[in-house]
Amino acid sequence: MEKFTHIAGTACPLPAENIDTDQILPARYLKLPRKGEHGKVLFRDLRFDASERERPDFPLNRPQWRDARIIVAGRNFGGGSSREAAVYALYDFGIRCVIAPSFGDIFSQNATKNGLLAAVVSEAENGALMAALSREEAVAVTVDLVSQSIMCGELRCRFSIDPARRTRLLNGWDDFDVTLSFRERIAEFKAADRKARPWAVPARAP
Amino acid sequence: MTAPMTLFDKLWSLHEIVQRDGESLLWVDRHYVHEGSFHAFSRLSERGATVAEPGLTFGVADHYVPTRGRGAPIANPEIARMVSQLEKNTADQDITLFGLNDRRQGIVHVVGPELGLTLPGLLVVCGDSHTSTHGAFGAFAFGIGASEVAHVLMTQTLWQKKPLRMRINADGELAEGLGAKDLALAIIAKIGADGAAGHAIEFAGSAIRALSMEGRMTLCNMAIEAGGRCGIVAPDTTTLEYLRGREFAPKGDTLEKAMKDWSELTSDSGARFDREMSIDATTLAPFVTWGISPEDALPIDGNVPDPADEQRPARARYIKDAVDYMGLEPGSKLTDIGIDRIFIGSCTNARIEDLRAAAAILANRVSKVPGLVSPGSSSVKRQAEQEGLDRLFRDAGLEWADSGCSMCVGINGDLVAAGERCASTTNRNFRGRQGVGARTHIMSPAMVAAAAVCGHLADPRPLMARKD
Repeated sequence: MEKFTHIAGTACPLPAENIDTDQILPARYLKLPRKGEHGKVLFRDLRFDASERERPDFPLNRPQWRDARIIVAGRNFGGGSSREAAVYALYDFGIRCVIAPSFGDIFSQNATKNGLLAAVVSEAENGALMAALSREEAVAVTVDLVSQSIMCGELRCRFSIDPARRTRLLNGWDDFDVTLSFRERIAEFKAADRKARPWAVPARAP
Repeated sequence: MTAPMTLFDKLWSLHEIVQRDGESLLWVDRHYVHEGSFHAFSRLSERGATVAEPGLTFGVADHYVPTRGRGAPIANPEIARMVSQLEKNTADQDITLFGLNDRRQGIVHVVGPELGLTLPGLLVVCGDSHTSTHGAFGAFAFGIGASEVAHVLMTQTLWQKKPLRMRINADGELAEGLGAKDLALAIIAKIGADGAAGHAIEFAGSAIRALSMEGRMTLCNMAIEAGGRCGIVAPDTTTLEYLRGREFAPKGDTLEKAMKDWSELTSDSGARFDREMSIDATTLAPFVTWGISPEDALPIDGNVPDPADEQRPARARYIKDAVDYMGLEPGSKLTDIGIDRIFIGSCTNARIEDLRAAAAILANRVSKVPGLVSPGSSSVKRQAEQEGLDRLFRDAGLEWADSGCSMCVGINGDLVAAGERCASTTNRNFRGRQGVGARTHIMSPAMVAAAAVCGHLADPRPLMARKD
């Protein structure tokens, strides 16, 4: 996984609450293999109409936000289905950071595993960011994970992120390698647990 | 003396291997995989790794399986590929699969409990958000994404930050005709779709104790729709009665030992929760959603919200969007909302008790709209047929199909057409969830049956009272 320290780029406002993962990646695209092409179907049914025409009002279709690297959204972004392909879609489109007052837990977890930052800000700060971004011209925003800060023109605010997730993103760690270093501890746990909880292993039919 | 612990604390400590950087490495007791787990299997083969504990991993074909024409080859090649890919991945890794033509096939969150694979005190994961369902047994169960599925396949462990603890006390008796779904929607409407984010929810109180295992599963299933990391109910005699004699459940001396251990799985008196909330079960009416999130739920005697009445601009905009998408008139009565079809199915409400509740209302009546009934599992289907419920559904004009995720997510081809309005026993009324442009109202099985009979959203209770 790529290391994440900061991102500077255009930020696109998506001023809606409860943008669930079904909106980010509709279920009919869940069959797609991971080839870096999920970006095409990001927000598919919000970005395009039934005849594949772009919906001109959808923010990511507006000229100033087409190349956005950052999204600022309403509360409960990424709630619902655990589909990690929602994160693939954002990432492949070029988005590296989503800022919102709250996120679906599984979405945040999936984001961290794929180098996408889910940055939590207060409702007030979110509103201020949204107002600053809702102009005709693109606004450059910098999100710095080291200092946990967001800079948007004159606006400065801090965001929160779970410390372990922050460390993981900063280092670009793959959990699997970390876990392997605890291989012996896992084996010890398993041996002791089999004695302590013999019922935890599935019984076969008599 | 140790400090009083919550049930969740106990479950956590039973599985904690090591701590690091504010997270814990947890041992996983059960890992369920389905067709959608293919990303994780790809990750596995990229690394040339094998499954660490195939004996603790179980595959179920549910997300893509056809609900009609079982036994014949799957007509759609892409869907056939999804199902055969799971067969290959599980066979290659020596994982037991309850595949398309297995008698035990069904929706993973129905099958796991039904086979006695899900037990109190276990840590259960699956690459599906509704894994919270298994918490009904006093298990710590939660949905994970593909990267975590791959990690569990390779190591049988998972790094997690300990969530905060929340207790929801539901006391009093639910009114006749109401069930766990009404309770779940009432809670979500109260706290919001992210109301329990970052929290493990324990459901407690007399209304919970009175619920059957089916009802507890419905409630814990919907914990994710409140944003909860998981939902849990402490095991009791209802749990034990349910588990006794099931295929993979412990037996003999192992069961004796298990029952002794499980009796400890309660929150100690004086245990501290980060949050507590109470809900009076006696005051609830049947709940139904009007909008595009499960939090958009109201009692059936309510009215469609009017954005003009909302003070907060962001919320007013949200309500307007939702009402527009749903094609509703602000301020109109919920019972005036006509429907185009119904769906009875999903991991939320397609267990035998759910089918009985719906069939009781449909008996000797005719549905005014077309509809599909997809039982939660092949075993539920057989039982329903033994009880003659299939006849009641068919005679009412509904289609009786095979088991799978079906019209809850629509990826097997069971879809609601654009602009159509569906009364559904499922868990998500998201925009386009049941098909592009589809409009979903979620509610209990009894209420879906009432909507079918009336042709519009309706309180099921008068139809129950009139019976016989």
